[in-house]
Amino acid sequence: MIYIVILSIFVGVEVIGKVPSVLHTPLMSGANAIHGVVIIGSIIVMLNTEADNILLLSLGFIAVVLGTLNVVGGFVVTDRMLEMFKKKPKKS
Amino acid sequence: MNQYILEIIYLIASVTFVVGLKMLSEPQSARKGNLWAAFGMTLAIAGTIFLYESKDPDTHTSRESIKLAFIFAGIGLGTIIGWATAKKVKMTAMPELVSLFNGMGGACAALISLLEFHHNVGHPERIAVIMAGMIIGSVSFSGSNITFMILNGTLSKSYRMPNYNIINTILMLVTIAAGIYLTVSGTDSMILLLLVFLLALVYGISFVVPIGGADMPVVISLLNSFTGLAAAFGGFLYGNQVMLTGGILVGSAGTLLTVAMCRAMNRPLYSVIFGAFGESTATASGGQATGSIKDISITDVAVLMNYSKKVVIVPGYGLAVAQAQHVIHELEELLEERGVEVKYAIHPVAGRMPGHMNVLLAESNVDYGKLAEMDDINPEFATTDVVLVVGANDVVNPAAKTDPSSPIYGMPILDVENAKHIIVNKRSMNAGYAGIENNLFYNPKNNMLFGDAKEVLTKLVAELKTM
Repeated sequence: MIYIVILSIFVGVEVIGKVPSVLHTPLMSGANAIHGVVIIGSIIVMLNTEADNILLLSLGFIAVVLGTLNVVGGFVVTDRMLEMFKKKPKKS
Repeated sequence: MNQYILEIIYLIASVTFVVGLKMLSEPQSARKGNLWAAFGMTLAIAGTIFLYESKDPDTHTSRESIKLAFIFAGIGLGTIIGWATAKKVKMTAMPELVSLFNGMGGACAALISLLEFHHNVGHPERIAVIMAGMIIGSVSFSGSNITFMILNGTLSKSYRMPNYNIINTILMLVTIAAGIYLTVSGTDSMILLLLVFLLALVYGISFVVPIGGADMPVVISLLNSFTGLAAAFGGFLYGNQVMLTGGILVGSAGTLLTVAMCRAMNRPLYSVIFGAFGESTATASGGQATGSIKDISITDVAVLMNYSKKVVIVPGYGLAVAQAQHVIHELEELLEERGVEVKYAIHPVAGRMPGHMNVLLAESNVDYGKLAEMDDINPEFATTDVVLVVGANDVVNPAAKTDPSSPIYGMPILDVENAKHIIVNKRSMNAGYAGIENNLFYNPKNNMLFGDAKEVLTKLVAELKTM
């Protein structure tokens, strides 16, 4: 597990290292969407509970909604930002 | 069998995250990169729903239809709301939206920890991870909501209690201590757990509230990496690789981005967090600017620009607020038609997020090649006839170079004063985001063009067309 952590840190640093400041906002937004993986945790919580534990299921439901918001909203916003960068070459 | 398939799915998803982030850092491939990451995410989520089996013999994984119904309903609802909000929002409101989504992720992480606490009591190592995830997630959640409110103007100024640094530090220590107590003592106290949760929420608020608006980009980026960390702790808890890689990736990339932003403003991170801008405003106004301010009429500006060889536009947040990015593009095209060279000087922290201006100008189809970064454009100001500053203030404040008592002293700025003429468009004489007087406005070469950016620029374009 520790291997993964350390390698991921390096990968994260490497990948971001040379980004032009033009792309800082989309990049932050994209990274924001990626940490939405936390939604997987909320799915696991729900899969591991008893089916009659409505309180837990309801709270898990809220967690899933929040996580999905993070993922979907994050990716869609990022796409919208990047769409603008794309349009230009076609026009000019 | 399913386990192995899921492992492979997670591996693929992790790879798409890395590749996606990599592609996101280059303009040509950025959009594809985002889609790749989204694809990987979908795969990982679907895989978890259908294939996940708990590795812990004490917990039993099952897929009754009621559970699946709850899960799918949650995903459906989140997708609809998330999609609609993200599609509807104006480009200018982008930063606060990112911040809001970030808070959602943090809340999700905190909730998971709340739910996992009870049946993990007795495993101190798991409780430790749960506590860390909950505290970081909650801080990120409440903090992001405050940045959201500051950015959209609900919270118009930063509030600070006397000795807020000490209070905040104590609050943080108490929260951590309570978390450690729960971990070490092994008590199964829901009340204590909720107390830690609450403390962390309060800390998130009190941590962000005193920070001035100008530092918000840094805070968003910091909270972004916090949520990444919280997700990674979730990964630890479940031994889930994709959560771990995704979370840590964002955590490290986000931290780096935060540091890069701080460097752009030439302020160490601790001074952003512990010594926010507002504090020094009082001392800054001690160096009150003197001299007189000159107004200029739109016609004069039009004439001036029409006979210039080179015009540099310095856009700032004011441009975004007034939604003037399309008009400014029109102005640029008009001038180019008449043989005037036009460039945009983009300060690294212009707008409310680094790169915010680039996104906005790209929206109105401004040519990528016309956007010049600070270091490239600064030597060019000497040969520039007219600099038009639209809604920017602190990034052109010479006090950053000349006045050591100024809170922005040391921040690299755009050297607009080297140009032959400076025209500043502002709505009023109010100080900029950092709350500091700007000596530039009293520079003899400077002329003020008061009014809403969009209105003024529209008139300017109309005026130019008649020439």
